[in-house]
Amino acid sequence: MERRASWFNVTSVTLGLAFLYLPIVLVVIFSFNASRLVTVWGGFSTKWYASLLENDALLDAAWVTLRVALISATVATVLGTLAAIALVRYGSFRGRTLFSGMIYAPLVMPDVITGLSLLLLFVAVGIDRGFWTIVLAHVTLAMCYVTVVVQSRLITFDRSVEEAALDLGCPPFKTFFVVTLPLIAPAVVAGWMLAFTLSLDDLVIASFTTGPGATTLPMKIYSQVRLGVTPEINAICTILIGLVTVGVIGASIFTKRREVERQRAERLAAANP
Amino acid sequence: MTAAADTAPPAARQRSHPLAWLVVAIPYAWLAFFFLVPFFIVLKISFSTSAIAQPPYTPIIDIFGGLGSIFSALREFTTDNYVFLTEDSLYWRSYLQSLEIAAISTFLTLLVGYPMAYGMARASRAWRPMLVMLVILPFWTSFLIRVYAWIGILKKEGLLNQFLLWIGVIHEPLTILNTNLAVYIGIVYSYLPFMVLPLYAALEKMDDTLLEAAQDLGCPPIQAFWKVTFPLSLPGVVAGCFLVFIPVTGEFVIPDLLGGTDTVMIGKTLWNEFFSNRDWPLASAVAVVLLLLLVVPIVVFQNQERKQQERES
Amino acid sequence: MVAAVGSVRRSFAPWNDPASKPFIEFRGVTKRFADFVAVDDLSLVIYEREFFALLGPSGCGKTTLMRMVAGFEEPTEGAVLLDGQDLAGVPPYRRPTNMMFQSYALFPHMSVEQNIAFGLRQDRTPKGEIAERVEEMLNLVKLKPFARRKPHQLSGGQRQRVALARSLAKKPKVLLLDEPLGALDKKLREETQFELIDLQQKLGLTFLIVTHDQEEAMTVADRIAVMNHGKVIQVATPAEIYEQPNSRYVADFIGNVNLIQGRVSASATGATRIEAPGTGAVIELDQAIDAKVGDQVWFAIRPEKVRISLDAPLPGSPNALSGEVWDIGYLGDVSIYHVRLASGATVTATVTNQSRVVERPITWEDKVWLTWSRNGGVVLAK
Repeated sequence: MERRASWFNVTSVTLGLAFLYLPIVLVVIFSFNASRLVTVWGGFSTKWYASLLENDALLDAAWVTLRVALISATVATVLGTLAAIALVRYGSFRGRTLFSGMIYAPLVMPDVITGLSLLLLFVAVGIDRGFWTIVLAHVTLAMCYVTVVVQSRLITFDRSVEEAALDLGCPPFKTFFVVTLPLIAPAVVAGWMLAFTLSLDDLVIASFTTGPGATTLPMKIYSQVRLGVTPEINAICTILIGLVTVGVIGASIFTKRREVERQRAERLAAANP
Repeated sequence: MTAAADTAPPAARQRSHPLAWLVVAIPYAWLAFFFLVPFFIVLKISFSTSAIAQPPYTPIIDIFGGLGSIFSALREFTTDNYVFLTEDSLYWRSYLQSLEIAAISTFLTLLVGYPMAYGMARASRAWRPMLVMLVILPFWTSFLIRVYAWIGILKKEGLLNQFLLWIGVIHEPLTILNTNLAVYIGIVYSYLPFMVLPLYAALEKMDDTLLEAAQDLGCPPIQAFWKVTFPLSLPGVVAGCFLVFIPVTGEFVIPDLLGGTDTVMIGKTLWNEFFSNRDWPLASAVAVVLLLLLVVPIVVFQNQERKQQERES
Repeated sequence: MVAAVGSVRRSFAPWNDPASKPFIEFRGVTKRFADFVAVDDLSLVIYEREFFALLGPSGCGKTTLMRMVAGFEEPTEGAVLLDGQDLAGVPPYRRPTNMMFQSYALFPHMSVEQNIAFGLRQDRTPKGEIAERVEEMLNLVKLKPFARRKPHQLSGGQRQRVALARSLAKKPKVLLLDEPLGALDKKLREETQFELIDLQQKLGLTFLIVTHDQEEAMTVADRIAVMNHGKVIQVATPAEIYEQPNSRYVADFIGNVNLIQGRVSASATGATRIEAPGTGAVIELDQAIDAKVGDQVWFAIRPEKVRISLDAPLPGSPNALSGEVWDIGYLGDVSIYHVRLASGATVTATVTNQSRVVERPITWEDKVWLTWSRNGGVVLAK
C-alpha cells in the first residue's frame, strides 16, 4: 500500500537527515580549507592532503587500524555466525540463557567497562599488550553484532531447503556449505562490514587494550583533537568518508540492478506459465 | 526456553555430526573467556589495594600456589575502594549526573527520533530502503570525527554562533561548547540512528488499515495516533531507549570532548582514574558499581530482545 | 470422475493378495513431541507400485508419518521398514526415498538444471550420466526451455514441476509427496493430479502422498488412509471409503452425508430394519450389519442418493421422510435442497439439473417427500 507523504513527515525526515549529515559535510568542506583555522574559510586548497602523505605517524596508525579491522572482522564473522547457528538451530542446550546473555550484553555494555575488563584479563593471564590484544578485544565485541545480524536471517530461513538437500543425499556438514551458507551470505557479509566498521571506529576499548607500538587511527585522532586540531585530520576523514560513500553507493547500485533484473525475470515467468 | 525447544525443528537435534557440538562450544568458550571471566577479574581487583608495581595492585592471587596462598591473598582483600567511592563526592556525583544526562538525552533522542522514524515509515515504498540507508550511512564514518566536527560548530567563534549572529537572533556569541548542552547535542546526534532504526522497524510493519479502521470508527487522526499508532510502536520505543540509555550512561568520548569541567560523567571519571591516576583497583570498583547500576536495564533489554526473536521465529 | 479413475487399475490390488510382500511397513509406530502425541501406536502396510494417500485434517500426524519414512523424524516407539529393512538410524541422506516438499524447497541459488542434478551429484554419478538424466527429467516435466533459469524466474506451476523432477531424478524406491499441489490454483491442481497418476504408472514407482484435500486423495490414490489424532481410522480404496465408510468420522470427512440416529429393530442376513423415532422414519436395508437388535446406530446416506419428490409414497413404506424445503443452493450442475423435518433436523438432497429449465418444479416452503433405495445408505455403529 502506498502511503502519502505529508509536509510534516517530509519536514521531520529532512531536518533529521540534515542534522545527521551537517557535521560530515563540514568536515569535507574544511579539509579543502587553505587556512589553518578550522572554522575560518581561507580559500580552496589541497595542501592538507599533500602534508598528510608526509605524516608517517598518521599513516602508520591508519595501517594498524586497517589490519586490526580486517583480521578482527573476519574472525568475528566466523565466531558470530557459529553463535547465531547455535542460538537458532540448537534449541535449548545447557547454559543457553547465559549464552544469549553474553551475546546481547556487549551490545549495550559501556565501552569503558568492556575495555577495562579485557585489559585486566590480559594482564592477569600475562599476554603482552599490543596489536593482537586489540584484535582479541575487537573480535569479542564485534562477534555479538555479527550474531544478531545473522540470527535474524536464520530465523526467517526456510528449513525445508536444507531438508531437501539431505533428502537428496547430501550429508549435513556439506549441506551447510552448499546450501545454507550461500543463502545466508548477504547477512554474513553485512555482519562482516558491521564488525569492520566497529573496529575502525573504536577508541575506548583499543586505548585500554593496546600496548607499546600499537596506535590506532582513532587513538591518534583523539590525541590530536585534545592537543588542537590539525586540518590533516579533516583530510584523512574526507578520504575515509569518500571510500565509504563509494563502497556503499556501489553496493546499492549492484543490489538495485539485481533487483530490477529479478523483477523483469518474474514478469517474464508470469507471462509464460 | 521450552518454547524455543518446541519450535526448533527436530532434524537439528536428531542425528548430529560428531563435531556438531563445536558450533556451540567455540563461541561459548570465546565469550566465557573474553567476556565473562574478565568481570570476575574486575570484581577481584576492585577488592585489591593499589600498589606501585607491575601490575599496579596487590595482592596477586597465585592460582598455582595452592589453597594456602589463595586464602592468604583473600585475607588481604579490602573494601577500601568502595568505602572511598561513598566518601568522595566526585564519584557519587558522577554516577548521579551520568544517570541524569543519560535519562534526559534518551528522552531528547526519542523526541527527535520519533517524528523522523514516523516520516520514514510513511514515505513511499520506493523511498524507504534509501532513507534507512541514509540513516545508517553516518555509522560508517568515524564516530570520533563526527563528534569532533561538533566542536567546530559549537565553539564560541563556531559556525552556529556565526550563523545566529548573522541572522541577528543574538548579539553576543553563546557559550555552548564545554557545557552540558553541548553534551546533549552530541549524544542526541551520535545515538539518533540507534533510536530511529528500532522505531522505524516497529512503525513500518504496522498495518495501515488499523488507522483506517480507527478513523472509520469515528476517531480523528491525532487521537488515532495516540490510541493506535503509538501503543503499537511501544516495543520500538522501549528497544530504542535501552539502546541509547545504557551505553550513554558509561559514555566517555562525548563528555570528554564536548563537556566542560563540571560535566562529570562516570565513564570519564573511570578513564581518568585508570589512565591519569593509574589506580586500577579504584577504577575496577567504579566499573563494578556502574555495572550494578546498569544490570537491571541490561537484563530487561536482553529479555526484550530474546522475546522479540522468539516472536519472529 | 472418481469411479472412472478407480476402474482404470481395477486389476491392481496387492492388498487383497495374501502373498504380496509389504513394501513400506509401519509397525506399532508412536511419535511424541514433548507432551504431544503426533502418531499413536500406528500400524500400516503399503505395497510396491502403490499410489498411497495419507488423508486427514491438519495436525492428524500424516506429515510426521511421512517424515519418518524420509528420515527427518525417528519413531519414539515401533519401527518403519522399507523393503523388509528397518530404517532406524539410517539418516535421510542415506535413504532410498526422495521427497517433494510442500514449499518445493528449490535451491534459490541454483538453476533448474543444477537443482535437478543436485541429488545425482551427491552420489558421484559420472558427469555424462548426470547430463543425460537431467535431460530426461527436463523432458519428462516439459521444462527443457527453462533449464538455465533460477527458481524465482519461474511460475508456480513450473516450480512445482522442477521440484517433482528433482525428487524423481535419483529414481527413488519411494517418492514422498507432501501436499504437492497445495500452492497451485484449482484448475492447475486438477490437471496436475492426472499428470501425477500418469507419471506414477509410467515410472512404476511407489508414491506416498500427504494431503488434506479429500478430492485430491480420491483422484490420485489407489488406497487412502484416513487419519485423525495420530491414528488410522480407515484404509481402503477411494470407492470403499466413499461408499462404505467404517465410521461417522470417515463418512463426514469424505464428501457430504446425512446422518440419522436410530435403533436396530430387526436384524437378519441380508435385511436390517432401523427405527428412528426422532424423525418418524423406518429404514430398511438389504444388508446385515454389525449390531444387535436394540443397539443405537447411525444411518448415513449421501445427498445424491436421496430422491426428492412432491408426491407422497405409499402409506407405510419404509425409507421415506417428509419435510419442508428450507433452502435451495443452485450450483449449476446440481441443486442442493435442504429439507427441514418436523423434528427440526435437516436432510440434504442433491439433484442433478438435467434440463435447462430455470424454473424448478420444487421450490421454497414446498412440502416434499424424501426417499431412498434399500441399498442407498450405510449403517455405522462407530
